[in-house]
Amino acid sequence: MAGSLTVDVVAPDQVLWSGTAERVVAPTVEGEIGLLTGHEPVLSVLKGGTVRVRGGADGDAEFAIDSGFLSFDRDVITIIVEPHVKKAAEETPAPDAA
Amino acid sequence: MAGQQRVYRQRIRATSSLKKIFRAMELIAASRIGKARLRVDKATPYTRAITRMISAVAAHSTVDHPLTTARTDTGRAAVLVISADRGMAGAYSANVIRESERLRGRLMADGKEVVQFASGRRAVSYFAFRRRELAGQWTGGSDAPSRETAQEMAKALFARFMASKEDGGVDEIYLVGTRFVSMVTQQAMVLRLLPLELVEGVEETEAGEIEPLYDFEPTPEQVLDSLLTPYIESRIYGSLLHCAASELANRQRAMNTATSNAEDIIRNYTRLANQARQAEITQEISEIVSGADALAAS
Repeated sequence: MAGSLTVDVVAPDQVLWSGTAERVVAPTVEGEIGLLTGHEPVLSVLKGGTVRVRGGADGDAEFAIDSGFLSFDRDVITIIVEPHVKKAAEETPAPDAA
Repeated sequence: MAGQQRVYRQRIRATSSLKKIFRAMELIAASRIGKARLRVDKATPYTRAITRMISAVAAHSTVDHPLTTARTDTGRAAVLVISADRGMAGAYSANVIRESERLRGRLMADGKEVVQFASGRRAVSYFAFRRRELAGQWTGGSDAPSRETAQEMAKALFARFMASKEDGGVDEIYLVGTRFVSMVTQQAMVLRLLPLELVEGVEETEAGEIEPLYDFEPTPEQVLDSLLTPYIESRIYGSLLHCAASELANRQRAMNTATSNAEDIIRNYTRLANQARQAEITQEISEIVSGADALAAS
């Protein structure tokens, strides 16, 4: 992995996750999007599903969401979500090593 | 003379029971303000993120969206005032209402008709007293606003903005609230919600640096469309939270002052009561002495 991503996952009333990670996978309205460093700037609408953050300093994280938005700009990812139920699965073992 | 004393004692009793109420209200406000500030802090990142995103769409794409361009056909503007439900908060509600009246004056000077929305019982009763029609009102829970209320407000205001001229559509939407700067400073302020004012949060691109070309999924228009409702909602929710924290801070300060004023009054009345008692005793003594003197002389 060349460098890492700065990731912020925010819900309307709190910050769900903040830190650095290697990979982020999110469900956009046009299909899943996987983001690594150096991706082109993107801003997309998310649909219901699971946002996965992999390779974070303190483990991986997953968030079940109803809707949301994702923006990627110079290795900074901001994801704003409407959480499905409060954090569905905070800590999950990483089955796949990227 | 004894009557005088009794009056003072009565006033002391009344004031000290008032003081207890003031003290209790101060403590309640103080205990709630921490929570209110926490909510403000927690909601701020979301508002900031969504503002940055919406700025990105507007700055990096060439969408000509109806919501970013000013509308001028209706000659009306909606103003939402956020005040408190209860008084006992010093000049808190008065400040907000004054600010909104100033805005109203400015809009009317520009030849615009003002469509008034109000949140909080104080603002609602202010407008009711002046027989001014309210297009929408929300009361209850001004010191602990819920997201549902914010969503309702956003929906009502948004509907106005999208409506045609005949259906009471508006050109602009303003929000008058209070910004919680710190425990001692809260400012009444005007915020224009729509059309969007996109100045904050756009990162300056340095000369020579290539401006990032955003890829929008699905399309810039759709992204903007779906971002707008949460944006308005989060702005309103954020303002409501700021107002709640400000209201509590104001109430705490006002009640603190009231408590110390009550203490002053009690101190004054105690002195007066003591004086009256002393005067009474002195008079009785002199009456007795002069009575005894008269008897001895006879």
